[in-house]
Amino acid sequence: MFLKTNWWKAGAVLLLIYTAIAGLLMPVPRLAILNESIRNLYFHVPMWFGMTIILATSVYYSIRYLRTPTPQLDILSHESAKTGIYMGIVGLATGSIWARYTWGTWWTNDPKLNGAAIAMLIYGAYLVLRSSFQDEQQRARISAIYNIFAFAAAMPLFFILPRLTDSLHPGAGGNPAFAKYDLDSNMRLVFYPAVISWTLLAFWITQVACRFAFLKLKVYEKQLA
Amino acid sequence: MLLYVGSTVFVCYLSFALRGGELPVPAWNALFWIILLFTAVNAAAKGFLQESRGRLLYYYTLVRPQAVILAKIGYNALLLLGLSLVGLAVYAVVLGNPVQDLGLFVANVMLGALGFATTLTLVSGIAAKASNSSTLMAVLGFPLMIPMLLLLIKVSKNALDGLELEASRSSLLTLVALNLIVTAVSYLLFPFLWRS
Repeated sequence: MFLKTNWWKAGAVLLLIYTAIAGLLMPVPRLAILNESIRNLYFHVPMWFGMTIILATSVYYSIRYLRTPTPQLDILSHESAKTGIYMGIVGLATGSIWARYTWGTWWTNDPKLNGAAIAMLIYGAYLVLRSSFQDEQQRARISAIYNIFAFAAAMPLFFILPRLTDSLHPGAGGNPAFAKYDLDSNMRLVFYPAVISWTLLAFWITQVACRFAFLKLKVYEKQLA
Repeated sequence: MLLYVGSTVFVCYLSFALRGGELPVPAWNALFWIILLFTAVNAAAKGFLQESRGRLLYYYTLVRPQAVILAKIGYNALLLLGLSLVGLAVYAVVLGNPVQDLGLFVANVMLGALGFATTLTLVSGIAAKASNSSTLMAVLGFPLMIPMLLLLIKVSKNALDGLELEASRSSLLTLVALNLIVTAVSYLLFPFLWRS
């Protein structure tokens, strides 16, 4: 798999540097209210892309775990879910700051915001569930089941529900998410690399965390032997 | 469980009677769904927690796991349907009935009961495996039910205000689809849970 090679890490670093420099320095369209805060698009929105992709990865590993139970697959799915939680928290934080300067409050009662908060609650519950088992195999299997169940039951709603109701957040009330900004092709030049680089960074974090967990597993097994 | 619903409704009635006033409509709606939510969690939790190990083993030798989960979902659905309809009746009697479109409201409550039953059955199965299961039940179940609850409260607000069916059709369809998704996923996942 390409994750074994190193070139994509270099790509992630380069793209992140590019995102940071170009995202903060490139000209952006001057829109009322948004003003310069539109640059947050390069940091806030990719977090959610990254989170969704990495959580989907976690579900993929959970399904594979149920087919062939190995501790490695459990670690992969667990660490992916944890990275997804980190990205979600950063996404909430950047979104909150953005909301403060455009809508005037840190938090509003909005379907997208609530959906994001619920997603964090669900994955918090996932971590609580994991910590309440002593037996490793049982923990792995049952948390995999919950992971798949939660993703299937909740995720579609976070994409459907906001589109059914009106809200301040773009991508709601029937609007596609980026129609307003996509008119400016300069922003796309930064936005797409930003999405790719943050997603790659998420995979990188997950990979490092997994390697650490694999090592711990090996040491543990050695101690038992 | 009927006593549980009845006494909760009565406590609400007494605490609001202290103010001596009629309950405002949004509060009426919110309170009703909160009562239903807690009733559902408590009722569905009994499904797996009260089974003894021996009986589970007996089922295991007797039938396929798919049959068990479908039977549990069916039982919970019937139980919650009964509880929520009785709860609605008692609630409407003691706290007044501001609903303008009663048919839609009742249909919505029934959909909600089915949704709670499908979601909570698998969650109670999961929670039953862990040590501190009754707390876990709430922790695992509530976040999963919030999206459903948001839709339900929206539809029931429409029914309270007597809006036409057109306004809440998409939400109702989403609810039905959600119920189907959750049932299908439980059907697929339960065999793995059952094995342990």
